[in-house]
Amino acid sequence: MKIVVCIKQVPDTEAEVKWDIPKGTLKRDGMNPITNPFDEFALEEALLTREKYDGEIVAITMGPEKASDVLRNALALTVNSVYRCTDEAFAGSDTYATASVLAAAIKKIGDVDIVFCGKQSTDGNTGVVAAELATLLGWSPLTYVSKVRQIDAASKKIVVERAVEGGTEVVEAKLPAVVSVIKGINEPRLPNLIGIKKAAKVEIPQWNAADLNLDKSKVGSAAASTKVVEIAVPPPRGAGEILKGEIDEIVNIATDRLIDLKVIKS
Amino acid sequence: MANDVWVYIEHKEGATTPMSYELLGIGRTLATELGSNVNAFIIGEQIEQAAHEAIQYGASKVFAVEGPLFKAFNGEAYAKASHFLLSKYQPEIVLFRATTQGTDVAAASAAHLGFGLCTDSIGLRVEGGQIKMTRAAFGGNYTVTVVNEKAKPQIATIRPKAFPMPEKDDSRKGDIVKEPFTLGESELHTKFLEFIQSQVTINLVEADIIVSGGRGTGGPEGFKLLKELADLLGGALGASRAAVDSGWVPYEHQVGQTGKTVKPKIYIACGISGAIQHLAGMKTSDCIVAINKDPEAPIFKSATIGIVGDYKVIVPKLLETFKKKLNK
Repeated sequence: MKIVVCIKQVPDTEAEVKWDIPKGTLKRDGMNPITNPFDEFALEEALLTREKYDGEIVAITMGPEKASDVLRNALALTVNSVYRCTDEAFAGSDTYATASVLAAAIKKIGDVDIVFCGKQSTDGNTGVVAAELATLLGWSPLTYVSKVRQIDAASKKIVVERAVEGGTEVVEAKLPAVVSVIKGINEPRLPNLIGIKKAAKVEIPQWNAADLNLDKSKVGSAAASTKVVEIAVPPPRGAGEILKGEIDEIVNIATDRLIDLKVIKS
Repeated sequence: MANDVWVYIEHKEGATTPMSYELLGIGRTLATELGSNVNAFIIGEQIEQAAHEAIQYGASKVFAVEGPLFKAFNGEAYAKASHFLLSKYQPEIVLFRATTQGTDVAAASAAHLGFGLCTDSIGLRVEGGQIKMTRAAFGGNYTVTVVNEKAKPQIATIRPKAFPMPEKDDSRKGDIVKEPFTLGESELHTKFLEFIQSQVTINLVEADIIVSGGRGTGGPEGFKLLKELADLLGGALGASRAAVDSGWVPYEHQVGQTGKTVKPKIYIACGISGAIQHLAGMKTSDCIVAINKDPEAPIFKSATIGIVGDYKVIVPKLLETFKKKLNK
């Protein structure tokens, strides 16, 4: 089984991200980049799949030099190989351009059976790259997956559970497939110290637009159809009120106010 | 018409809820500003009822692709049908709800068309003939407004409840146009097997009232109390990442950056400190009630009503008082 896992580096979800509004860029100083939390579940699912069905895992990312860190983390977790897709021409990619780069990398890897992705990134938050990637590759799109029930490598089939509004859908699909996973599908393991030390020394291979046979006009800001025209700070919420006094009185006031909103049905 | 606004109507095997039609409201507003019409499109089997309702909620026309292969949702099949319709009619913009179904069809349709899309919009306006779409970014601390210059049609997903529901008018008339699009089963890579209904009856994203708990609830027992309050108020149960990661409540209840984004009319946060990651998922709620022992908890800065105290004392009193006042 040949497994690809797509990983993105994002700003720490616990940190307050600051934006330089006039420049339209992120203030990256002091920002602690991490592996996109949803991608940790994708990585773990790849490891579990390899344990169960054998094979190899290739981890890929698209991003600048710093993004090598997320691939080192993947190496420390024992993925077999990694590639960083990077090119000045990739900068400013929208979701479609991003999916195009990842699709090209997956084609270059070749003979892939299954691609795992996180359901969305915590910075861009679009949650559409996996579905776009599957469409571009012409492979089975399996999004919001909460459980991989079984993979039949011989007959090239997979059965998954998808977490959708109001319940779970069970879907059977042909391989190759692009599987985006949700939080809770597994419990991501941590790399051990030996793994981390070993990964620290590895030179991370890079693929640029030419390596991926990508036309530079079809990626990055040159291709992006969506363009940011304004970044603003939303108006703050009106200052609220901390109720003071005896508990019974506070509860009396709070319940009255909530009932007055006429949302609660009696 | 070439600059029409199209709205995707989501359903589950033909069944819709009023929320399925919510985007016909903002769709109509946009169409009026563009001097065009708002149309709906539905992909499924036996969609007559849904098509009539779409007209009652404001669609001028409804375009439908029908067939047994479209009975249950299949992202791949629906996207192919959607791509067929959008290529044929080339509307100006197509709106999808930012749900799992809406997002999947929107993303794959955009990829078929060869364009990017705008996701999870919370604001839409027409300026100089151009549609500007606003979304929240970085935990809602910023809003980013984008235009989709090259794409035609433009595709956007819209955050549920970002815009008011349209009025339903049973006397409205409109055309239903059935489109001859078919697919063979062999053309699909995926096959729907079954749907397993969740035990949770109230959908977090669509709930008007949410009672939510965090690390401060101290364990799964606390959530039983919160669930009791949620049930009494007809609301849904929410949770912070800390509570979910501790295994006190399942992930489907998580609100925040790595959970769901919600916008209820009332959000009652119990024992939630108000970390950025949680606020990102709920701070646009209409009325936020914060209950926390720590008067310095950041949640109070976003709260409409703050109550400093132990939820174990406050929530039972809320239950008792609500029961009395609501005659329950």
